Formats: sequence, structure tokens, C-alpha cells
Amino acid sequence: MSSNNWNLDPAPESTAQIQLKPKYELFIDGSWQKPHSKKYFDSLNPANESILAQIAHANQKDVDMAVSSARRAYRDVWSKMSGAQRGKYLFRIARLMQEKSRELAVLETLDGGKPIRESRDVDIPLACNHFFYYAGWADKLNEAFAGQKPSSIGVAAQITPWNFPLLMLAWKIAPALACGNTVVLKPAETTSLTALKFAEICQEAGLPNGVVNIVTGFGDTGALLVAHPDVDKIAFTGSTAVGKYIQKACIGTAKKLTLELGGKSANIILEDAQIDQAVEGIINAIFFNQGHVCCAGSRLFVQESIAQQVVEKLKFRLQSIYIGDPLDKNTDIGAINSKKQLETIEKYIALGISEGASIFQPECRMPTKGYYCKPTLFTDVAQSARIAQEEIFGPVLTIQTFRTMEEVVQKANNSPYGLAAGIWTAKGARIFGMGKQLHAGVVWANTYNKFDPSSPFGGYKESGYGREGGRHGLSAYLQFNT
Amino acid sequence: MIDAISSDQLSTILAQAPSIDQIGALERVARIQARSIKGAAKLQGLRMALSMIDLTTLEGKDSPAKVSQLCYKAQHLHDQADGLPTVAAVCVYPSMVAHAKKALGNSGIKVASVSTAFPSGQAPFEIKKLDTQYAIDNGADEIDMVISRGKFLSGEYHFIFDEIAAIKEICGPIRLKVIFETGELDSLDQVRRISDIAIAAGANFIKTSTGKIQPAATFPVVLTMLGAIKDHFDKTGQMVGMKPAGGISSAKIALHHLLLVKEVLGDAWLTNEWYRFGASSLANDLLMQYQKQLTGKYQSATYFSID
Repeated sequence: MSSNNWNLDPAPESTAQIQLKPKYELFIDGSWQKPHSKKYFDSLNPANESILAQIAHANQKDVDMAVSSARRAYRDVWSKMSGAQRGKYLFRIARLMQEKSRELAVLETLDGGKPIRESRDVDIPLACNHFFYYAGWADKLNEAFAGQKPSSIGVAAQITPWNFPLLMLAWKIAPALACGNTVVLKPAETTSLTALKFAEICQEAGLPNGVVNIVTGFGDTGALLVAHPDVDKIAFTGSTAVGKYIQKACIGTAKKLTLELGGKSANIILEDAQIDQAVEGIINAIFFNQGHVCCAGSRLFVQESIAQQVVEKLKFRLQSIYIGDPLDKNTDIGAINSKKQLETIEKYIALGISEGASIFQPECRMPTKGYYCKPTLFTDVAQSARIAQEEIFGPVLTIQTFRTMEEVVQKANNSPYGLAAGIWTAKGARIFGMGKQLHAGVVWANTYNKFDPSSPFGGYKESGYGREGGRHGLSAYLQFNT
Repeated sequence: MIDAISSDQLSTILAQAPSIDQIGALERVARIQARSIKGAAKLQGLRMALSMIDLTTLEGKDSPAKVSQLCYKAQHLHDQADGLPTVAAVCVYPSMVAHAKKALGNSGIKVASVSTAFPSGQAPFEIKKLDTQYAIDNGADEIDMVISRGKFLSGEYHFIFDEIAAIKEICGPIRLKVIFETGELDSLDQVRRISDIAIAAGANFIKTSTGKIQPAATFPVVLTMLGAIKDHFDKTGQMVGMKPAGGISSAKIALHHLLLVKEVLGDAWLTNEWYRFGASSLANDLLMQYQKQLTGKYQSATYFSID
């Protein structure tokens, strides 16, 4: 019998049970309120450019109302409630999210373009787990910070990015509420839908009005929220440029600030690494969520003696990566989140070529509609090349080689960012020895892009400050009275 | 004939055998198992899997009549359905080879014989050679040998290499499958090491298990063996076949194994020349799923003959 060409058939997840309103208002004080701006914008499905729903665009008046609703709820209800009682609400929200996990996963994929495999297996379960985890802390804050007399801060303004919409919402809202704060959250303009679904969950959970407010809009809405005088705390996840703007806007105010910004993280493969598993790790580090990951392992460093082998294996492995319809259960790389982001990525790919790097993209069929980008490898990359220095936020990997460990540590740290790093080696001593020298908030050993609510996450240098997750994540939403 | 290998050469092979990260291997196979195989791809996959089966009976109570029945089934998997392939081979003990050979006639289906004191391999080397020669003399087209796991675990790698090479020498052009019994090996590192030794000693196929020990053909073990085949191919351009055996009882598992070989090695291995399933009960589940895919309805198991 001769050999077979065997190609998988489409296996799309059903969207039949997804109920979307044609138009979404602002969620303020526990109810849906029309925007004073009277303006709405379209939320697109980046996989096929169809319009999913219209989203309200909040202006100054709307932001004022949301902040004063959060203030009232803080003053009259939430700050007076016992930790155990707050925990009950959080547990209830977590369970409702779990019950609706399929719907949330499909929605996340429709709105953001990420593969259903990831929203189903990573985003939504992790988001639920964050609520479960922080629900458990709500009545144990005194034990978590013994002798420091922790208390809540007040109203938190939270701005989330488009790469992990519901997960980033969970990272922000769960600890804020557990610590007794109320929130006004602005999701990214391209991915508001799961945040609005979350508002429905808050209603269903009977969360007191005003504890969670969701205002939608663009950067201007976010700027209004940041500048609002009655906000006590700002938490932002997004680009370093916007992070710097927010930092400036907070100068001279008493607002507490945490920033989780960009990255250009180093993924280091030592010659004694388990190579086949390391190749999987490289794939997972850079192509997870189309590379729209702040901690993506976008700079690969491979020890010279195994570099050729690793690159050959990577190229072969890319042949069995499926690119296309994010709703297809077999899709590994879905749609780029927006046209704007696709243009940015394409600009960097062109830049890489003009900088003299060698490009590799696998042969594969690409959808004709929607925003897609092939997984891209660049070899022969100089440390001084812009593609090796600047955050691309797409499925583009730069590959450099090194000879000694000292050299690779130096190169890895030679970046304005410091969010994450990966080390691949069979030797435990090397993990600890090198891990200590890397200026990165997270160092993964023989794995990459692993997240858990109990583990703190955050950066060095221009990757931001403050930690989210774990016990550390609580302190960003508490003040201490010692 | 395999050229005698020097002590140094085997040492190099052993030194170069990479270690395998268990957690990484589990994650890789989880990705495969999350894949969804539907529609025409499923139908094609089921047909492929049927054509790759080594239909097996390896019991002390095997009789010529039982073997004849199995051989008929091998040629007529389910005559109610049109256009089904036959299985690749029938796998029996040496004493049953002549019966099987006769029953299969010129159907093109191969007769595979286990040998070397299957399943334990606990017999003197001379007897193992005789066992193999006997099977070949009776007409076996393929030999499925077992390695001496005790020797392997005590680190006598040269012994293992020589044993496989000697059996291959007896086999000549006859296809040799080498069974590791991975359920008795300690780790994926060991699986990789024995894979490299067997390939270097001339194995045409490497095979996970006898079917007598659990666990048998688990996904991480098969992934590790496929990795050895891939590295050998990248280095030499020579293909080696793969045969997972034991524990593959459902169509779903079989299809995911095919996807694993497709992703790790490529489409070239998707033929019974390079890939086999050692199984006794798998065929009927494949047939049931095949009929379901064609008619949209599940049929009762009683509609499918057991032998």
C-alpha cells in the first residue's frame, strides 16, 4: 500500500448557544445604561471581519457616573461587608463562570480570534480559578499580612488588554473585590464582549450594585478613568507606551499604581536540554495566542552546538501547526486580533528582512478573509537588530545563538524589558544558577507560559511593577496601617 | 548481514541517546489527543488503521482451527461493507505459522510470527535462534522478537545489541520487529535508549509490547520511539517502522496514534509498510465506527463477528 496524504476535516465548535445582544450599553450601578455620548462602535470578529455587536463608547459623564457608583457601593456596602461574605459572592461568580465556560470560551474566540482550544483549555478555566483562589483569601487577609493591619483602598480603575480579555479581567477584579475594593473596569475596545458577559454574571450572582462597573470605549475613555480624581488605585495591563502615559498622569496624586506592560522575553536552550521537548516549548512560548502574549518567549537563544538541529526540528514541527478558523478545534494559531495589529506585525516582518535576517515561514493554506499571519522564524539575527529588541506582539520569533552561559545571560538581560524568561536544561544546578542571574519577573524551567492563580506574575524594568496573582497580588489592593 | 559493531560505536550511540522530559512528552501527546478527527478524514483514517492491523492471537490455547478462523476474518473483515481493506498481517506463535500460511494462501496478507521465547524472552540464546529459524522455515513473512529485558535493565547493552543483530542475520530480508516490552522498562529515557540500540542493530520495526504486560503502547512511549525513528531518518535517510501493540482497543485511540505518527514523522509513514497496530479487538471497533460514519447509525456489536 502506498503512503497516504491524510488531512483533517474542519471541526468547528458550534456557536448555536451564543446569545449576543445587537447593542451593549454601559454596566453602571448594577444596570445597563445608555452612554451619554450616544456613540457606539463595532466589535469585529477578526477571523472573518463580521460585526458581532455594537458597543457603547463612554464619555466623561459616563465615567463620572461609574466612579461615583463604585464610590457609593464602596462606602455603603462593600467596605462594611465581612471578608467571609465577600468571599461568598466571589465563589458564586466563579461557579457561574464555570457553568457558562463553554459560552464564554466561544465568545472569547469569536471576539478576539484566539483558537477555541486555548480559550476552552486555558483562558476560561484560569479565569474561573482566579476567582476561586481569591475568594478563599477574602476572609484571611489578616493572616496573609499578620501584624500589618491590612485594609481596602477604595475605588480601583482597571484597564485590561485585548490579548486575554476575560483572564485579565479576572486577574484584576478578583483580588480587588476580595480585598474589599470596588471597581470600574474598561476592557480593550476590540474585545469587550466577555467583560459585558461578566457583567451579566455579576447581576445573576446578586453582587451588590456598583461593586463592579464596566465602561467600554477606546483609549480616551481609559484616559478619563485614569485622570478621575475620585479613583484611589489604578491597575493597567497593556503596552509600555500607554503605561508610561498613565504613570505621568498619576504624578502628584495619591493614586496607587500597578503596571503590567510589554516584554521581549528570552527563551534559552542549553546544549544538554531535552531537545524534542524544548522544541515544543519554543512553539508554545512564541505561538501561544498568536504571540499576543506579554511574556511570549520571542527571543530564542540556542547554544551553538545544537543550534542547527533545533532550527531544523522547529521548521519541521511548524509543518503540523494548523492556522485558520479560530473556532476549529484543531486550530493552533488563530486570527490576529485586529487589522491594526496585523499591520504592526507585517511591518516588523518587513523590517526583519531589511535588517538582513533570514526568514522562514511554513507552506500552509491561509484563509482569504480575516486577519492572519503565518508563524515566522528569523535566523541570523543580530542583538542590535530592532526585531530582536522591540516587542512585536505577534507570531514572530528571532533566533540567536550563544557559546557560553555568561554570554547568554548578558544578552538576555540586554533589554529594556524584564518580564519572563525560559531555561531548558537537564541540569537542575544550571536552572538555579542561571535563574538567579536573569532579570525577569518569571523564570520558567523546562516549560513556558504556565500560569496559576497562586503564582505571582509581573515584571522588571519597563515591563512594569507590582505583582498580580498569589498572596503578592493581594497587596496591590490593600493598604497597611502599621 | 549487519556489520559487526565495535564497542566504541555502541558507546557513541548510547552517549548520544537523548534523555526525554516526561512532562514535556505528556504535554505533546495531550495536544494530539485534543485534536478532532471528523468526516472524510475519519473515514480515511479508519480504513488506514484497518489496513495496518496485525491481527493477533497469542494464547496457550491457540489451535489450528482458531488460527484458520482468524485468517478468514483477516481477509473478510466485514463483508457486509463494500471496499474494505484487509489487515496487514496475522500474528501467531511459531507453531501456528504453517496453519496460518496455508489459510491465508495468496491473499497477500503476511504471516508474522513471534519468536525468541515470546513473551518473556527467558530462554538460552541458542533456543531463541532455533525458535526464529523454525518460524521462518514454516513460512513466516515477518518476525516479532522480544528483547531480554533483564539483561537490558542490568545494563548489558552489548548483549542486547548482539542478540538483535544475530536474529536479524537469521531473518535476512524478512522484516524484523523488535519488541521492547516498555511496560517493564523504567522510564522514557530507557525507551529511547533501547530504541536507538535496536535501530542500530538492524530492526526494521520497533514495537512497544507483547500485549501480556500493562501498561503497553501508551502515547508518551510511542512518541519517544517515534522520536528515535525521526532522528535516525534525519541522520541516515533510512526509514524504520513503528508498531504500537497492546491497549489500543478503540478507534479513537488508533486514530490519535495515526495523527501522532503523521505529526512526528510525516505522511510517508502512513502505510502498513511502515506502521502497524498489534491488536486483537481493535478491528471491530474500527469497523463499527466505519459503519457509523457511513450510515450515521451505530450498530450493535453483535453484528460484527468476533473472530
